[in-house]
Amino acid sequence: MTLLDIKNMRVEFPGRHGVFTSVDDVSLSVAEGEILGLVGESGAGKSTVGNAVMGLLQSPGKMVQGEVLLHGERIDQLSKADYRCIRGKRVAMIFQDPMTSLNPIETIEHQLMETILTHLDISREDARKRAVDLLDQVGIPDPAVRIKQYPHQFSGGMRQRVVIALALCVEPELIIADEPTTALDVTIQAQILQLIKDLCRDRNLGVILVTHDMGVIAETADRVAVMYRGRLIEVGDTEQIMSDPKEPYTRSLIAAVPPSNRKIDRFPKVAIEESDGNALQNFDLQSHWLGQGDAFDTSQVNLLEVSDLHKRFVVQKAFFKRNRKYLDAINGISFNVKAGETFGLVGESGSGKSTVARVITGIHSASGGAMRFAGQDLIGKEGARRQDDLKRDIQMVFQDPYSSLNGRMKVSSIVAEPIIVNKLASSKEERNEVVMDLLELVGLGKDAARKYPHEFSGGQRQRISIARALATRPRFLICDEPTSALDVSIQAQILNLLKDLQDELKLTLLFISHDLPVIRQMCDRIGVMRHGDLVEVAETEALFEQPQHSYSQTLINQMPKFAK
Amino acid sequence: MAMLKRIIDSDLFWSFRQSPVAMISAFVALLLMLSAVFAPLIAPHNPFDPASLNLMNGFSKPMEPNQFTQDVFLFGTDDQGRDVFSTILHGMRISLFVGFAAVLFAMVIGVVAGLVAGYVGGRTDAFIMRIADIQLTFPSILVAMLIFGIAKGFTPVDMRDQVAIWVLIISIGLSDWVQFARVVRGAALVEKKKEYVEAAALVGRKPTAIIFLHILPNVLSPVLVIATISLALAIIAEATLSFLGIGAPPTEPSLGTLIRIGQGYLFSGEWWILFFPAVTLLLLALSVNLLGDWLRDALNPKLDD
Repeated sequence: MTLLDIKNMRVEFPGRHGVFTSVDDVSLSVAEGEILGLVGESGAGKSTVGNAVMGLLQSPGKMVQGEVLLHGERIDQLSKADYRCIRGKRVAMIFQDPMTSLNPIETIEHQLMETILTHLDISREDARKRAVDLLDQVGIPDPAVRIKQYPHQFSGGMRQRVVIALALCVEPELIIADEPTTALDVTIQAQILQLIKDLCRDRNLGVILVTHDMGVIAETADRVAVMYRGRLIEVGDTEQIMSDPKEPYTRSLIAAVPPSNRKIDRFPKVAIEESDGNALQNFDLQSHWLGQGDAFDTSQVNLLEVSDLHKRFVVQKAFFKRNRKYLDAINGISFNVKAGETFGLVGESGSGKSTVARVITGIHSASGGAMRFAGQDLIGKEGARRQDDLKRDIQMVFQDPYSSLNGRMKVSSIVAEPIIVNKLASSKEERNEVVMDLLELVGLGKDAARKYPHEFSGGQRQRISIARALATRPRFLICDEPTSALDVSIQAQILNLLKDLQDELKLTLLFISHDLPVIRQMCDRIGVMRHGDLVEVAETEALFEQPQHSYSQTLINQMPKFAK
Repeated sequence: MAMLKRIIDSDLFWSFRQSPVAMISAFVALLLMLSAVFAPLIAPHNPFDPASLNLMNGFSKPMEPNQFTQDVFLFGTDDQGRDVFSTILHGMRISLFVGFAAVLFAMVIGVVAGLVAGYVGGRTDAFIMRIADIQLTFPSILVAMLIFGIAKGFTPVDMRDQVAIWVLIISIGLSDWVQFARVVRGAALVEKKKEYVEAAALVGRKPTAIIFLHILPNVLSPVLVIATISLALAIIAEATLSFLGIGAPPTEPSLGTLIRIGQGYLFSGEWWILFFPAVTLLLLALSVNLLGDWLRDALNPKLDD
């Protein structure tokens, strides 16, 4: 019996520049007890489909065509009041960010009971018992005690469990989960997905799982629907789509996902290319401006040596030292990065990997230990105190393409800034030439120079960031989760670009990520971090085939497997 | 010209055209300001030239020929025979000059203070914000009177009238800078955490350059809104002070002075001496205020152009 039937749905958003069709003629069905994965990149319209089913489209969006049938009855034409009876009771939604899905000023008990009492006609006592029972079913330990707590007293994964409990409390028939694990760490993600699978099976629910992560789909969904720019490209059983996709877009999407079981040299070119211009043809480093650097001390084998590094933050200031509270972000780690290699730092959120990057670049000062770069001491040289040549040699590409570029500056100014500050060009003309060169190098055309960042997509902005980072002719490039905020096909292009640049410019890379398949593709050696400690350092293949430390083993086991 | 095209194409201008309130307010405000700027050309009489005044013209009714001289005045005349219409035009010049100058003064001090407090943080931040708090405890009118009194003590008698305008500007500006500082400090705190600021530090920019080249352009949106609303408030503040007699001198009357003069005659029949300046002040402050309101809503969901 088909639980949910969506027929020819079309959602339009009228706006200043015309009508934007966000969902175009999409037809899907979900059976009871089935998990349908709705996958696509950003802008595909997958969240909009979920919102339309729930009747939660943000105005001025409207469903202008099509039908939504729940157990054979139409629900898309209902009045607001009637919809409220369905929403929450028969169809429930789990949102992406557990932090903002729960009301921070009300206890969990209050929120659960409010939902239960709205839809079911039972006594308060019964409602409370039901709420505690639910928390137990979703795996919250000590539910009777924890029900009286506030959302901020729960961790991210726990909060998402509470949100799931909230979704389940009135026994819905259909759950729409919109990127439920994107904000969570890999180990927690595995648990939440297993929970969703178990609940679906035990209660015979239908689930629409909206995500951009192919690994999640491969592990959790029974059937998959692939969307692109509002259209439904392909629908089928997960196994079949993953192993033998029919449409070219699906094929290229699968091709762009980093395989978790082996290292490939470059990602295959995707059908939907974003950049214009082939960057690295006929690139001669010696004659290029980028090759004209200061002469380096090439006698050192290790470009970067870190030994017993500590970084401690003060989280609670107080006048007396004994009353202060500290956070040890880095707890005495030691590793070396050889010249020319790519060293990876992998760990979950809060492991301290980004802090390591910021200590190396001098944004934070180290609390203890030693750091040497090309033989020169880095300790005591933070921020303004760092010599100019050290500042030039170490550069960073940041994670968020939206906040790492100054929105008020033209791209040419952004890329030119390092050149101006470090006086690397002898004249304005030379500077402009170098900027154009760099933009072409990263695959953006010359036209990009006079535009503003908001005119570019996330992937293109990361290219601008890379161009800026290269403008000081660095030897050592730190990439702090450079592709975490990007779609999978764009990620493939950017990773290819980084590999190309490394080869051409003889760069040494420190690649930081929480995404294990990506780390496997990019790095020669990997360091695993956890809560400020470096638990294991190994060559890539050795780490993935035979992890030594128990934490590394857990991480690798819980990684969503995407074998190709 | 490219800049002009960018403005016309922008979302801000589009939302301006969608809002009748904004367009009408802008029209009224612009009309009043232009007539103030071109007052010497438009005004039929010069109210500040004692030689051109005729006491017999005093208390003429609007649009009616004077019983003695048969001269007609659009808005009537006051007790000394000054044409109210001309005086309003010239008076607006003073009101607007003081208003703009005071807001500019407050904006420069406030924005710089806010940027430094927000970016540097720590004790500097605490210090600047405590000064701001202390500033806020003094009512602006009292501050103005205080400064006025001190200034009067220091300047020779014949210079007092010229100094009065500048004293007005300084005292209104001093009471206004705090809101600029607070808003800019908050915005600077947010921008400071963003990665482009880290990137700028990484390529070697000094903190001063970061504050003025990177953070300042990104905190300007709320400043614009506050400046517009402050302008309306400054105009009213100036009118209040002039009304109390400690603002613009009687030789160069502003709208407030006119209202003061007219107040005495309101219920004895010569209503126009108060009425027209008051309506002008109302229209000026209201239109600027409404523009500020629209600007705040228009800039709100759009954080980029």
